[in-house]
Amino acid sequence: MMLSRDKIFSTEDYTAFISSFVLPMVAIAIFLGLWSASAKQVQTSLGQLPGPSAVFQQASNLVDEHFAEREKEAAFYQRQEKRNAAKLAKDPNAKVKIRPYTGKPTFFDQIVTSLVTVFTGFVLASLIAIPVGIITGLSNNLYKAINPVVQLLKPVSPLAWLPIVTMVVSAVYVTDDPMFEKSYLNSAITVMLCCMWPTLINTAVGVSSVDKDLINVSKVLRLGWFTKVYKIVLPSAFPMIFTGLRLSVSIGWMVLIAAEMLAQNPGLGKFVWDEFQNGSSNSLGRIMVAVIAIGFTGFLLDRGMLMLQRRVSWDKTAVLR
Amino acid sequence: MKREHLNIDHVTMEFPTPTGAFRALDNVDLVIDKGEFVSLIGHSGCGKSTVLNVVAGLYQATAGGVILDGTEVNEPGPDRAVVFQNHSLLPWLTAYQNVELAVKQVFGRKKSRAEIKQWIEHNLHLVHMDHAMHKRPDEISGGMKQRVGIARALAMQPKVLLMDEPFGALDALTRAHMQESLMEIHADLGNTVIMITHDVDEAVLLSDRIVMMTNGPAATIGEILKIDLARPRNRVEMADDAAYNHYRHEVLQFLYERQRRPGEEAEAVEQEQESTQELKVVKATRAA
Repeated sequence: MMLSRDKIFSTEDYTAFISSFVLPMVAIAIFLGLWSASAKQVQTSLGQLPGPSAVFQQASNLVDEHFAEREKEAAFYQRQEKRNAAKLAKDPNAKVKIRPYTGKPTFFDQIVTSLVTVFTGFVLASLIAIPVGIITGLSNNLYKAINPVVQLLKPVSPLAWLPIVTMVVSAVYVTDDPMFEKSYLNSAITVMLCCMWPTLINTAVGVSSVDKDLINVSKVLRLGWFTKVYKIVLPSAFPMIFTGLRLSVSIGWMVLIAAEMLAQNPGLGKFVWDEFQNGSSNSLGRIMVAVIAIGFTGFLLDRGMLMLQRRVSWDKTAVLR
Repeated sequence: MKREHLNIDHVTMEFPTPTGAFRALDNVDLVIDKGEFVSLIGHSGCGKSTVLNVVAGLYQATAGGVILDGTEVNEPGPDRAVVFQNHSLLPWLTAYQNVELAVKQVFGRKKSRAEIKQWIEHNLHLVHMDHAMHKRPDEISGGMKQRVGIARALAMQPKVLLMDEPFGALDALTRAHMQESLMEIHADLGNTVIMITHDVDEAVLLSDRIVMMTNGPAATIGEILKIDLARPRNRVEMADDAAYNHYRHEVLQFLYERQRRPGEEAEAVEQEQESTQELKVVKATRAA
C-alpha cells in the first residue's frame, strides 16, 4: 500500500513517457547516425557533405553572426547620434541626416521576412478561398461550374506561376514611392495562388455536407440566408474549413521557399540560393541549417494552427492531430 | 359548420426516381381538431414521415394539399414546429442558445430582451431542463437532448406540434418519463400534436386518435381508432384497464394481422406483401 502511494511514476506514466519521449528520441538518434555515416561517403566540389556536427557548428556560427550584426547596427546608430549631436552643438541650425543601417540581413532576419511573406500570402488566400468556398458549397450548380477550374489550377507549381506573377506585378504595380518591394509582392502572390485551393475545396465540401436535419431546422425557423450561413452552415463546416487552412499553411510555407529563391525576396529561399551561389566550404552546412529551420518552422506553423483550432473549436471532444 | 383546424386534404406524394415516379402516399385524407393529439402508426417505410414532412411544408404534395386554419401550407414555418427524431440541436450551442435561436427568430421584434430571456427559461422549465440550461448537447443525455428539442419547438408557440418518432432512440425508462412530460405539457398548453410512433403502448397512452397506415408504396390511411380514455391517464392503472387493452389489441391486430394479409383491408399492398412479410414476422415476435 505504502509503496504504491510513494511511487512517483505509475506504470501508465512510465509507458506514456516511453511512447511520447523515448521513442521519438531513439528515432532521432538513429536518423542522426545514418546521416553522419552516409555524409562521410559523399565528396562534393565544396568538400565533404556536412554531417550533424558540422551543421551544428554552422548553426552556432549563424547565431554568432546574428548577434555580431546587431552589435554593429547598434554601434552604427550610436556613432550617427554622436556625430549629429556634435554637429548640432556647433551650429544649432545645421541639417542633420539620419540614415538607416544598411547591413546585410542575418539568417534570423530572413526567417522573419519569410514568415511575414507567407502570412501575407496565406491571409490573402483565405480571404478569397473561404467566401468563394462558402458560395460554391451552398450551390450545387456553382460547385459543378467552378470545380473543373479549381482542379485545373490546383496542381500548378509555384515555379510556373512566378514568371506570370512577376510580369503582372511589374506591369500593374507602378508607383514612384513603393510601399512594398516587388519581390515581396511576387512571392506573397505566388504563395496565395498555390495555397488557396485546399481551403477553397475543404470549405466547399464542409458547407455542402451540413447535416440535412439542421438545414430543416433552419427552414422551419425560416432563417434568412445570412443567419442560416452564420448560425448553422459556418459552425458546422468549421472543422473542415480549419483542415483546409492547415493544409494551406503547410503548402504556402513549402511553396514560399521556391518562390523566394526565384523572386529574390530577402527570405529563407534567398538565403539558400545565395549560399549555393557563394560556394564556400561552409555553404552546404549553412544550407542544411536552413533546411532544418524550414522544416522546424513548418512544423511550428502546423502546431500553431492546431492549437488555434483547439481553442476556437466548439467540438472539444474531437480528436485533432 | 365548425371551421377545420388542420385539413390534410387528399394528399398524394410522388418522388422522382431514375426508374420513374415512386408513389409514397396515395390520397391521405385527415381532418384534425384544435388541441387534438393524433398518432400516426404503421410499419417502417409506410410513409408516416412523408405525411409529417408534407404538413411541415418540407415536402410539397404532388396532389392535394394541407390547409391550416384556412391557409394552404406551402413552405415550412414556425407555426408548424417539428421535433426531429435525432433531436437536431445545433451541437455548438448550449440548450439555452438553441432555444434562443428559435425564440429570437419567431419573437425577435415582438418581445423585449427580458421577455425573451424569460420565455426561453419558461420553456426549458416546462421540459424540466432548468438545471442543465447552459450545457451543450454533447454534455447531456439523449433524453435531455430530446427535451431541449421539444422546448425549442414549444417556444415557437406553434399551432401544430409535429413529432417524428421523438422518443424512438431512447431507452424504455427514459421514454416512459418523456411520455409523462409530454402528457403534462399537452394538458397545460393544449397544442395540436401529430406524432409518429412505432410503439403501440405509446400511441394508445398519449393519443386522442390513432391513425393506422397501410404499407407502402402508395400508403394511405387504413383505419382510424378513437381512444376514449379519460385524462389524465396513468400508465400503471392503464395496464389493467379493459378499454386500454382493447385499444391496444385493435392496433396490434391491424399491424400484425390485417396488414399482413392483403385483400382484406388494402389492395394497394398486394404486390409488396411478400417482400415485407419476413420483416413483420420479426416485429410480431418482438412485440409478443
